Amino acid sequence: MAEFWNINPAYEKAAKAFLQEKPEAEVTLEFDIEVKDFVNAGKGSAEVKNVLKRLGVDPNVLRRIAVASYEAEINVAAHSNGGRMNSFVYDDMVYIRFEDKGPGISDIRQAMVPGWSTADDLVREMGFGAGLGLPNIQKNADLLHITSEYGESTILEIIIYYA
Amino acid sequence: MAVNLKDYLELIQAEIITPDVDISSVSITDGYVSDMLSDVMGTAKEGQVWITIMRHMNTVAVASMTSIPCVVFAKGLKPDAAVIERAIQEEICLAVSDKQVFDLAGMLYKMLGK
Repeated sequence: MAEFWNINPAYEKAAKAFLQEKPEAEVTLEFDIEVKDFVNAGKGSAEVKNVLKRLGVDPNVLRRIAVASYEAEINVAAHSNGGRMNSFVYDDMVYIRFEDKGPGISDIRQAMVPGWSTADDLVREMGFGAGLGLPNIQKNADLLHITSEYGESTILEIIIYYA
Repeated sequence: MAVNLKDYLELIQAEIITPDVDISSVSITDGYVSDMLSDVMGTAKEGQVWITIMRHMNTVAVASMTSIPCVVFAKGLKPDAAVIERAIQEEICLAVSDKQVFDLAGMLYKMLGK
């Protein structure tokens, strides 16, 4: 399994400790993402955004969470055979995990390069597929972890702190 | 500098297709022009008007995620009813103008005194 890590140094210790312990969350949300369903893709991120908005999360951080989460959701709809989004809300951070049913990423480093995309015509007609999704997630998340292999499922995890 | 969203929409002679969304106190400080949704996701900011010709459901989702208060559709391109309904739910103003993207952006630029 190939892996990709990007962690904001300020949160490296906290984020790694979190991933080892995975304490019980205050709020958990689950959302199924269907293949090429661009009408419903985004609803999972909207739910997370609404919960965090009610918790009074700073608008700038909220925006970063919404952008990272939405890009990841669109990625699952655009590139995978469908998958699931699980969100875990804590009092100081949010952890969101996306797991799909394949077909996997053959070269994660390549997929991280801005402008590089394997999107098909349908996805491009929708205004996606510019090769900016993963770089946008990396830019906005305090932690981004991708595990994938061609022919296997992809797991993408993000953590963003707000306190 | 900030201007009232309402004044800008009047200037471009736009039809506001989400009358249920209250924009009386919305002010705008900038604009963004793009039809590539991922580009908007990565760049657009709160307080900007987004001028585009992309008028499907994801346009509203992107506006919501990036906290954009208003999307202006150029060239008289009107989104369908489901998109308008979603925008009302998300409290995002949608407006349609017959003018082209270049003119819509130019008029906002001038109004903001840039």
